[in-house]
Amino acid sequence: MNKTITIAHGNGGEENNELIKKIFYKHFENEILSKSEDAAVIHNGELAFTTDSFTVSPLFFPGGDIGKLAVCGTCNDLAMMGAKPKYLTCSVIIEEGFSTRELEKIVRSMKKELEINGAMVVSGDTKVVPKGSVDKLFINTTGIGEIEHTGISSSNLQEGMSILISRDVGAHGATIFAAREGIMLESSLQTDCASLYPQVKALMDAGIRIVAMRDATRGGVAAVLNEWAKGSEVCIEIDEEKIPVAEEVRGICEMLGFEAVNLANEGTFVLTVNKEDEAKALKVLKHNNENAQIIGTVTRQHDGKVILNSSWGTKRFLDLPTGELLPRIC
Amino acid sequence: MAGLELNNLYDDFRDGKTLQAYARIIAEDAAKLERPINIMEVCGGHTHSIMKFGIPQMMPENVNFIHGPGCPVCIMPKERIDHAYVLAMQPDVILVTLGDMIKVPGSNGSLQDARAKGADVRFVYSPMECIKIAQENPEKKVIFFAIGFETTTPMTAVLLDQVIKQNITNILFHINHVTVPEVMVELIDSRDIHVDSYNNKIDAFLGPSHVSVIAGSKIYEKFPKDYGRPVVVSGFEPVDVMEGISMIVKQFVEKRCELEIQYKRVVTYEGNLNAQKLIETYFDKVDLFRWRGLGNVPESGLKLKDGYAKYDAEVIYRDVLPIAEIEDHKLCICGDILRGMAKPPECTIFGTACKPTTPIGSCMVSSEGACAAYYKYGNLITS
Repeated sequence: MNKTITIAHGNGGEENNELIKKIFYKHFENEILSKSEDAAVIHNGELAFTTDSFTVSPLFFPGGDIGKLAVCGTCNDLAMMGAKPKYLTCSVIIEEGFSTRELEKIVRSMKKELEINGAMVVSGDTKVVPKGSVDKLFINTTGIGEIEHTGISSSNLQEGMSILISRDVGAHGATIFAAREGIMLESSLQTDCASLYPQVKALMDAGIRIVAMRDATRGGVAAVLNEWAKGSEVCIEIDEEKIPVAEEVRGICEMLGFEAVNLANEGTFVLTVNKEDEAKALKVLKHNNENAQIIGTVTRQHDGKVILNSSWGTKRFLDLPTGELLPRIC
Repeated sequence: MAGLELNNLYDDFRDGKTLQAYARIIAEDAAKLERPINIMEVCGGHTHSIMKFGIPQMMPENVNFIHGPGCPVCIMPKERIDHAYVLAMQPDVILVTLGDMIKVPGSNGSLQDARAKGADVRFVYSPMECIKIAQENPEKKVIFFAIGFETTTPMTAVLLDQVIKQNITNILFHINHVTVPEVMVELIDSRDIHVDSYNNKIDAFLGPSHVSVIAGSKIYEKFPKDYGRPVVVSGFEPVDVMEGISMIVKQFVEKRCELEIQYKRVVTYEGNLNAQKLIETYFDKVDLFRWRGLGNVPESGLKLKDGYAKYDAEVIYRDVLPIAEIEDHKLCICGDILRGMAKPPECTIFGTACKPTTPIGSCMVSSEGACAAYYKYGNLITS
């Protein structure tokens, strides 16, 4: 492991995993933490509990802002454990000189998103630090939710189960790249940032037995699938052409040498269900977004690995993203 | 890029049916070959495409790929990376470079590590962004650590041209541009007295299209003529690569040995003459450039002409830049891989001590490198 922390250690991929395992898990180890789910299941399985910090730059981007992200991110982690988001804390670290008008705009955006989830902020903290100590504004939110669907886990996947995706992938990552200074890219891209609880509720109301569910944030769909393949010691086979990717996202990926499956999402989730539930689950997901798709199956071909099948009959592994997400140069 | 529409420009070049059709044509032609052939794709971009799209799985047994030295990040010797590191650590310097370069480990660490220690290291998508950085930081020196083959050299030349025309005084250059044909010659006809024979297995070359967009296909003329190796200049999409391979196989079946262009939609024999002129204005060939894993290759690198020494960071900072050459790790066989004599899995540290997160050899460093492509896309599935 490196002697110093680099940006790559926060990539949601391999370096990030190494840092968490070798430092945090090593010292904090306990039965709940070691399950490494989106949210911890506590209080006799009744509650889900999670935390997340938001450091996005720029703070405002097409389709969202850091406030919306801070509520969606934490509520979605709860929703992914089959829990209804209930109570959040909100902790902000503000750089001196930050505009109060922008701060209020961000908080208003948080309020709107809390309403969609039916959740509320019940505690908080504010710190102001000297200029240069943080990049404008960081937000941490911690959330508690009531579990409504039990038994969701990344270690439950079995041969024959179906893998679904709730919409096209990579929109958030591509939007942030396009919005960054220096790229000068004109596009109509919008982040996918959205609260997922309403969709989860619709799945539960339709009587679908959810085996595993995870929002594909940092590290993208590739990270989720790899975690599941390893967590359940199975192989996940994906049909590459079935992964929905918006044309503009594909364009950015081609230009900068990224893969859409590695890009971050903030309102897209991957779902595992039993084969007999796949059609019904797809129907529910399509009701929210017509790009929802069944993308693959759980097999035993290469346990612990994710395989991408191309439309022309070749196969390759889909690995965890590594390093800082940088454009290829040749 | 403003105004560029990101419509889907490449679907046809990834069409499954077209790819399968090419696979059939290649198999039919390859059945007529008298012996197996080894095609070297010179460029890391091709290696990446070939692995990503699983093209080796579509090849008959007697058509093999060997991977060339065409990744500008992979071939950068450690002492040059140490230059970048030392420059980045200078007070009042902003070191600017392209993408993957910031991940490459030198003897003190990578530019990423330098940044974690407080150095101002930035990566840009276009060298022209240096002008804005220089204008916003008039009290600092912006050093552009320039890397890449014929493809990226004109961008550096345009930046220098603008720096001179706009009389910008705080941009310097550290030039590491290298050229493709010279290293191809090295691979089949080494002039290094320390190497008896490469015993190379290269039968033909797949030439990278983007290099020839600038330099023309003419740069490869000597390979069929003087060295008996056909060259097909090919694009990077899977259909382009498959057509390029098919053209090479056909040449062997028909007993021809020629320079051909698959990527006719952009590449011409002459190339971009304006870009070539601009490069000639500002750059000279260096006598020797040391390639990581390959050693010294005559006339394979560029430097700023003497008249532009005041823009040359290697001249301005010569007192602080290290000069000793640094050898690669003993167990690393990158040299053999870059010469097409070995494949990544043959290396004892491949995927164990040497991984993309902890690269030891040059081929694992950049995503364009042969080892990184094998590791990432796992050619294991075919074996």
